[in-house]
Amino acid sequence: MDRTLLSGDEAVAQAAFDAGVALATGYPGTPSTEILERLSALGGRAQWAPNEKVAVEVGLGAAYAGARLLVTMKHVGVNVAADPLFTAAYTGVSGALVVVSADDPGMASSQNEQDNRRYAVAAGIPMLEPADSQEAYDFTLAAFELSERWRIPVFLRVTTRVCHSKSLVRPTRRISPPPPVAFQRDIPGRVMIPGYARPAHRRLRAKLAEIAAWTETSPLNVRRDGDRKLGIVTAGIAAMHCREAAPGASLLKLGTVYPLPIEAIRAFAGSVERCLVVEEGDPVLAEAIGAAGIAVESKPEMYRFGELDVQRVRRIVARDTSPEPPPPRAKPPELCEACPYHPVYRVLHQLDCIVAGDIGCYTLGVMEPYRAMDSCVAMGASMGVGLGLRHVLPEPEARRVVSIIGDSTFVHSGVSGLIEMVYNPPRTGHVVIVLDNGTTAMTGQQEHPATGRKLDHSATRQLSIEGLARALGVTQTHVVDPVADPGGFEKLLRERLAASELAVIVARSPCILAAADIRRFERAAAPAREALLAGGGCSACLEAGDA
Amino acid sequence: MPRVVNVVFAGLGGQGVIKASDILADAACRAGLDVKKADVHGMSQRGGSVNSDVRFGDEVLSPMVPGGEADYLVVLAPDQVENARGALRQGGVLLAPDLIDEKSLPNRRSLNVALLGALSHHLSIADEHWRAAIEAALPERLRQVNFKAFEQGRAAARAKAA
Repeated sequence: MDRTLLSGDEAVAQAAFDAGVALATGYPGTPSTEILERLSALGGRAQWAPNEKVAVEVGLGAAYAGARLLVTMKHVGVNVAADPLFTAAYTGVSGALVVVSADDPGMASSQNEQDNRRYAVAAGIPMLEPADSQEAYDFTLAAFELSERWRIPVFLRVTTRVCHSKSLVRPTRRISPPPPVAFQRDIPGRVMIPGYARPAHRRLRAKLAEIAAWTETSPLNVRRDGDRKLGIVTAGIAAMHCREAAPGASLLKLGTVYPLPIEAIRAFAGSVERCLVVEEGDPVLAEAIGAAGIAVESKPEMYRFGELDVQRVRRIVARDTSPEPPPPRAKPPELCEACPYHPVYRVLHQLDCIVAGDIGCYTLGVMEPYRAMDSCVAMGASMGVGLGLRHVLPEPEARRVVSIIGDSTFVHSGVSGLIEMVYNPPRTGHVVIVLDNGTTAMTGQQEHPATGRKLDHSATRQLSIEGLARALGVTQTHVVDPVADPGGFEKLLRERLAASELAVIVARSPCILAAADIRRFERAAAPAREALLAGGGCSACLEAGDA
Repeated sequence: MPRVVNVVFAGLGGQGVIKASDILADAACRAGLDVKKADVHGMSQRGGSVNSDVRFGDEVLSPMVPGGEADYLVVLAPDQVENARGALRQGGVLLAPDLIDEKSLPNRRSLNVALLGALSHHLSIADEHWRAAIEAALPERLRQVNFKAFEQGRAAARAKAA
C-alpha cells in the first residue's frame, strides 16, 4: 500500500471517506476546517451547518437512522454543541456518530485554550486521541467501530499540531462496510422525558463500564518498556515529544483518553521507579490517575499553558521550573491592506464608539491604528454584550455603543441576539453593524447560508441578512458599501447613533482575498440559482434582500 | 547525513513559506525517507509571521524542530532574519533572501522556490525528487519559471560555497 504525506485533518477525511460516511457536517474553525473540505474534494458528502449545535443535531438524526456520521468543529464549537451532545450520550445512536473536537493549545487561532478532554468526562462520551496522521486515520476508523459497537457517540480529539502537521500515512486498516439505513422506532430510548432519561443514564454508565474494561487491552493504548527508572504516561502529540526528549524511558501512550485503562496504568506505574504524566493542557490524566489511587507525578503548573514541545518535555522530565526563554517576537497579523473593513474601523475610531466585537478577521480592528474594539468573547457575543452595555451605561456613553459582527458569525449565533434586541430594546435604541464580506474569511473563505452557496460552492437558497432583520422587526435596516461610499457610511452611522431606534447596518463589500473566487463561483452557480427561484414559489423575501 | 535533518522556514503570510516546506517534505518523501512537517495556520494568513518546520530521516518523532536545533534556516523576508535566527543550531546554515538576486528571477514570487534550490545544494535529495515535488505542487503554467528559479538558487549557493 502506498504511503502518502497527509495532514491530520486530511487523514481524518480520508478515513471518513473510506468508512463510507453517509454525511459529514460541521462549522468552520481552525484547526478543524480542512477535514470537511478534503472529504468533499474526495467525493464524500460534506456540508457546512450554520453552527456546531445544528451540525451535531443533523448528525444525531442521521445516526438515529443507522448511518455513519462525522461532525467536525474546533474546541469552542463543542461549547455551542454541548447541549445536544450531553443528552445524545444518553440516547445513544443506531449507526455511528463521531464528533471531532479540534483543540488549540497555545491558541494559534483561538480565544481560549480549553481542554475538551473535560467534555468527554462530563458528558460520558468516549474519546480517542491520535498523535500523528497515521493515527488520525486509524483512530477515526476505530472511533466509528467503537460508536457502532456500543451505540454511543464518540469524540475524536485532535490538536492544532496533529491537524496541521503532515506525516506519512499508509491506509491499510480496514473497516466493515456501513450497515443499511432504516428507521426503527425507539420511544423510551430517544425521547428524553425524565421517566425515560433516568434509565437511559444508567444504561450510559453501564456502557462506559464495559468500554473501560475494553480499553484495558485495546491496541489503541501502547506500552513500550524501557528504562525502569522513568516511566511516562502520555497521550496525543505529547507522546512524540516524550519519545524524542526521553528516548530511553518506559512509555505508556494512551489512545483512549476516556475512559482510561486504569488497571493497565496501575501496572505500568508499579513497574517503574518514577512515573510521570506528560500531557498538554490541563492535568486531566494526572488527576484521573491520582484519583484512582495511583501515585504519579504531574507536570509543574507552568506547563499547563501553551503547547508542549521536545524542549519543554525535557524540562518537565528534569523538573526544571526556571523561567523559559521568551518566544521569538513574531509579526502580529493585521487587516489586509485592501480589506473593505478599513473605512468602517476608521469611522468607529473617529467617533470613539464603544465597540462590542466578535470573532473573525474583523477582530483585527482592535490593532493599531484603530484600537476600535472593546470586547471579543465568543461567536455571536457582540449582540448581547452590546445590548447589556446599552441597558446600564449612562445615556451619553450608551449612545456610543455599537455591536459589530461578521456575516458568517451573524448566521452562526447572532440571530438570537437580534431577537433579544427587538424583544428587550435598550432605551437609547441600539446599532448593529453586520460586516458582510460574503465569506467566512478568517478560516480560509468557507461558504455559509448567506452566501447562497454550499460547501462545494454549488448554488442553494441565499439567506438575506437584511431581509431577516426586517422580518424580526428591525425597522431601520440599511445596506451600504463602505468602500464605494465611505462618506455615506459615516453619515448613516452618525444618524443611527443619534436616534433612539434599533438599527441594523449591513456594510457589504467582498473580502479582497475572496472577491475573484466569489465572482467565479457566482457565474457557475447563477443558472442553478435562477432555477431555484423560478421553481421555489414565493420569492418576495429574496427580492427584498436585493435592496 | 545525521539521522534526522531539521529545516525551518520563516517568512510572512503570502510569501509561499508553506508551499516551500510542502515541496521539501514531498521531495524527502519521494526519496524514501520518513518525513514530518509542522506549521501553524489561522491568524497567520493575515500578513503575520509564518513558520514551517520540516524534519526527515530514518524515523522522525516530534513534527516540530526543537528551538536552536535547526540544521538549515530558510528565511523569505529580510526583516524576519534576526527574529528567526534563534532556530538555528551552532554551525547550522542560514539561507537568507539576500542570497538570491530577486531582480534576476523570472518571477519574484518564485523566491521561495529559488531558496529551495539553494537548500538543495546542501542536501542529498536527488534531482528527480525535487522536480517531481515541484511539478506536483504547482500548476503547469508556473512550472518552467520555478524550475529556472530553483536552478538559479542552487547556482547561487554553489557560488557562495566556492
